[in-house]
Amino acid sequence: MATTVSTKSVDLSTIFPDAVIADERKGYTGWLVEKDNLIEIATYVREELDYDLLSSVTGVDYLPEEKMEVVYQVYKTTGGPGLFFKVQIPREDPMEIPSVINIWPGADLQEREIWDLYGIKFPGHPDLRRILTWEGFEGHPMRKDWQEPFYEEETKPFKSRWPKGEHIHAEEINPYHDNLKFPPKFNPENWTPTDPEEALYTSLKKFTTKNEDGLEAEQIIVNMGPQHPSTHGVFRAVVVLDGEKVVSLKPVMGYLHRNHEKIGERNTYLHNMPYTDRLDYFNSMANNWAYALAVEKLMGIEVTERSEYIRVIMSELTRIQNHLVWVGIFLNDLGAVVTPLLYAFEERELILDIFEEVSGARMMCNYYRFGGVVRDMPVRAFEKLKQLVYDRLPGKIEEFERLLSENEILLSRVKGIGYLSAKDAIATSMTGPMLRASGVPYDIRRAEPYGIYDRFDFDVVTRPECDLYARYHVRIEEMHQSLRILEQAVSTIPEGPILPKKPVYQVRVPAGEAYGRIESPKGELGFYVISNGKPNPWRYHVRAPSFINITALEKMCVGEKIADFVAILGAIDIVLGELDR
Amino acid sequence: MSENDFTLPGYDIPEEMKNTINITSLDRLYNWGRRSSVWPLMFGLACCAIEMIAASTARYDLARFGMEIMRPSPRQSDLMLVAGTVTKKMVPMIVRLYNQMPEPKYVIAMGACASGGGPFKEGYNVVAGIDKFLPVDVYVPGCPPTPQALLYGLIKLQEKIDKQSLKHVRWYRKGPDSVEIPVPLLGPDLIDLRRTEEIKKIAARKVE
Amino acid sequence: MYGKGILKSLSVTWKRFWMTYIEDLSWFFRRMAGGVNRYYTDEGIARRSSADTRGIFTIQYPEEKLPVHEESRYLPFLVYDETEDGEKDVRCTSCGICAKVCPPQCIWIVGKNDPDSGKSIPQIAEFYIDADICMNCGFCSEYCPFDAIKMDHEYELAAYKRNIYNMDMLLKPAEYYASIRPENAAREDEARRVKEEAKAAKKANAA
Repeated sequence: MATTVSTKSVDLSTIFPDAVIADERKGYTGWLVEKDNLIEIATYVREELDYDLLSSVTGVDYLPEEKMEVVYQVYKTTGGPGLFFKVQIPREDPMEIPSVINIWPGADLQEREIWDLYGIKFPGHPDLRRILTWEGFEGHPMRKDWQEPFYEEETKPFKSRWPKGEHIHAEEINPYHDNLKFPPKFNPENWTPTDPEEALYTSLKKFTTKNEDGLEAEQIIVNMGPQHPSTHGVFRAVVVLDGEKVVSLKPVMGYLHRNHEKIGERNTYLHNMPYTDRLDYFNSMANNWAYALAVEKLMGIEVTERSEYIRVIMSELTRIQNHLVWVGIFLNDLGAVVTPLLYAFEERELILDIFEEVSGARMMCNYYRFGGVVRDMPVRAFEKLKQLVYDRLPGKIEEFERLLSENEILLSRVKGIGYLSAKDAIATSMTGPMLRASGVPYDIRRAEPYGIYDRFDFDVVTRPECDLYARYHVRIEEMHQSLRILEQAVSTIPEGPILPKKPVYQVRVPAGEAYGRIESPKGELGFYVISNGKPNPWRYHVRAPSFINITALEKMCVGEKIADFVAILGAIDIVLGELDR
Repeated sequence: MSENDFTLPGYDIPEEMKNTINITSLDRLYNWGRRSSVWPLMFGLACCAIEMIAASTARYDLARFGMEIMRPSPRQSDLMLVAGTVTKKMVPMIVRLYNQMPEPKYVIAMGACASGGGPFKEGYNVVAGIDKFLPVDVYVPGCPPTPQALLYGLIKLQEKIDKQSLKHVRWYRKGPDSVEIPVPLLGPDLIDLRRTEEIKKIAARKVE
Repeated sequence: MYGKGILKSLSVTWKRFWMTYIEDLSWFFRRMAGGVNRYYTDEGIARRSSADTRGIFTIQYPEEKLPVHEESRYLPFLVYDETEDGEKDVRCTSCGICAKVCPPQCIWIVGKNDPDSGKSIPQIAEFYIDADICMNCGFCSEYCPFDAIKMDHEYELAAYKRNIYNMDMLLKPAEYYASIRPENAAREDEARRVKEEAKAAKKANAA
């Protein structure tokens, strides 16, 4: 499918000469926008320039310059390069930037995250609450001058490890002998708990209705999760129900908030690679790639030819594996307990065998390096890969289709449920199979090809139905397309070096910013990395598809039955490691 | 369980009586029953939970150990598999779930994170090991432990169950072990109610 | 016809069900003809984890175990060579690269000082790995210039207490390393030999 991609970059500063200047810091691109004109400019970018997909909103703390910055990255769903614009404000409380939620509703959760982690307020945001930490948490943890309880040094490697590295538990250094930190004079006995749930419950719509007999009926609030078999981990949704019908819903997250970004800014560039494995733990091969892409952009290095092919092979394999597991778990959510899941995991195990043989680990592959991959594919693994791609997987995916695609029970559960129109899907920044199931042919492999995807022949799968049925079919069909790519890659993979030069553990990364994004099986996975020339990134932000795809959850669920909520949530394909980071 | 296991009650049987009569102790029968039907709480936290699911699927098949019945309700489960990073926001629920489990109950810390914080130990929202709150029976190292490593941990747990005796198990006696663990609160940071005095003292000292 | 899809689905599960018997029977006849058993044999395990596996997929752990691949990694260990008089010649020179490259910083190294001069010498006095922090990424072995720290294949490590490994627990002989990773060990030994020969030749030239 050939889309006409305009590569012309827009010059905002000529359109708004008073409010916009080009970002001329070394290594940076984009535009610096005046805070007061943000809404005007954002509206123009959205309406006149047609940048309809708000990919990511990120906060950056420039402590030495006493500035806070919020970066907006917008793209067009028709393809082409993105537009970056930034708002800078002085770094003193209260920090306020107008919310863009009315222009791009997809900013909802991201602005809440910036408020939580950086303490920047967004006037105009209807529900600005803490999102990853809890109400009452002390401080805004991503600020550069905020130190965690187990703080040891500003950056790794820590000096205490070598050459006088007597093993000491972090607990022994901390005064509380645990990962704890309290404000001075804090007294737990006199402390009145601020109810962390109060703000949440007041944000939900509550109604009492009177029926014909004059009886008053009150709607009930149901908490699903964080320990619930259908929430795919420690996700929680607070649902207001009228009978069985969902009236209002709020996602609650942060139960697996593992501080990837704070740790990532203490790490060196190489240290971050295995941490990315643990974001979307089904697809470490895809996560590695997105991060490597961002750092390679900063370093300005080329990836060796053979490694490019291996990257494509691994990331398409992981897509098949992810979609297989998705089908299994989705059917589990619908009530077909374990049979499809068992079948799916059988194929997954065979794919994981290849991952283990190639990278050394089943799930946490840590396989990519800057400029290539860590080692070549062993011959045995390659043979097995060929057998899987040519013989086994096509038949097994067809078996899944026979098992499920025409099954009336499944069809009656999925058809017409969880409707999300293309317009809403774009507005709420949905990406990946969710967006394509709403009929928008947006796939980063085509829209802004990375790696060597421009060499392969494949279709961007879309469905017009916008419901669960479409989401199921898009994934099944995507597996076929992945196999198509794999067949081409396996038959044309060239011999050659794996890494451009001898691997070093301390990479030199010139100052600047880079945004590397790939089409991960769950959607657009992006890494926004800022380097200041030191061995550690200044800012390391993950644009997680699971996190942003959850924005539209309420929209899809309202009006549906509570039992369908489980299926709608399952269809988004969330992974908590990525959702909470 | 092989026949031999029943006929070894833990003390010497005279040579001439072996294989002529079956001597079994109530302990062995009791433990055999319990070890062969350990029902885990269906409860995953992070990456390790996926390996836990993998362990219960066809290739590793937890059902061979009588553990495939993962109960979503703590009231019906014997084993809490803490599979993944325990965060401060999540630990109150984990403690509450543990309190709701009936005795006998066991805890397995699966993976580095649940054992001691793991790679995320330095993070501000991470509890450095579930053993700070719950008594852990078996620690399974690895990040994540492969399903086989987890199965080995479960076998270790079965061995532990085998060694327990009806006379000494805590759930038939009143004692400090059956006391509920106070559910920690989310304040400016995680407040462990067993340590309020200590927190008060150190917070006051920090001002000086 | 309503229900056709369900029947189609059932045909898949039905086929899967019969496949276990067909597969087991075919192995049974092969065994009668002098072949090996499907279970508890290497051949059987290899078949069950190959791309054309069908029927029962289970590996009967702990009686049978999945083969561990050459590159598989679990926790790190330290390699020592055995000298002729039975001493342990630890390869580690306490250069600290593994501690620096470790993402969660779970390696602690104490360098050794010469007892006479007090100067540091390239040996280790202590070496700790906190297995409850280690993320099994394999960077330490990847970037070690002396082939001194390697990733182990041993995964049966569950214990009743927390795991902090000191030097005694980490040291394993070079033969063990060669047994678990034959290809890597051979390649590295060869590279070291070439390097030493070049060194010796250079020395001879200089002299």
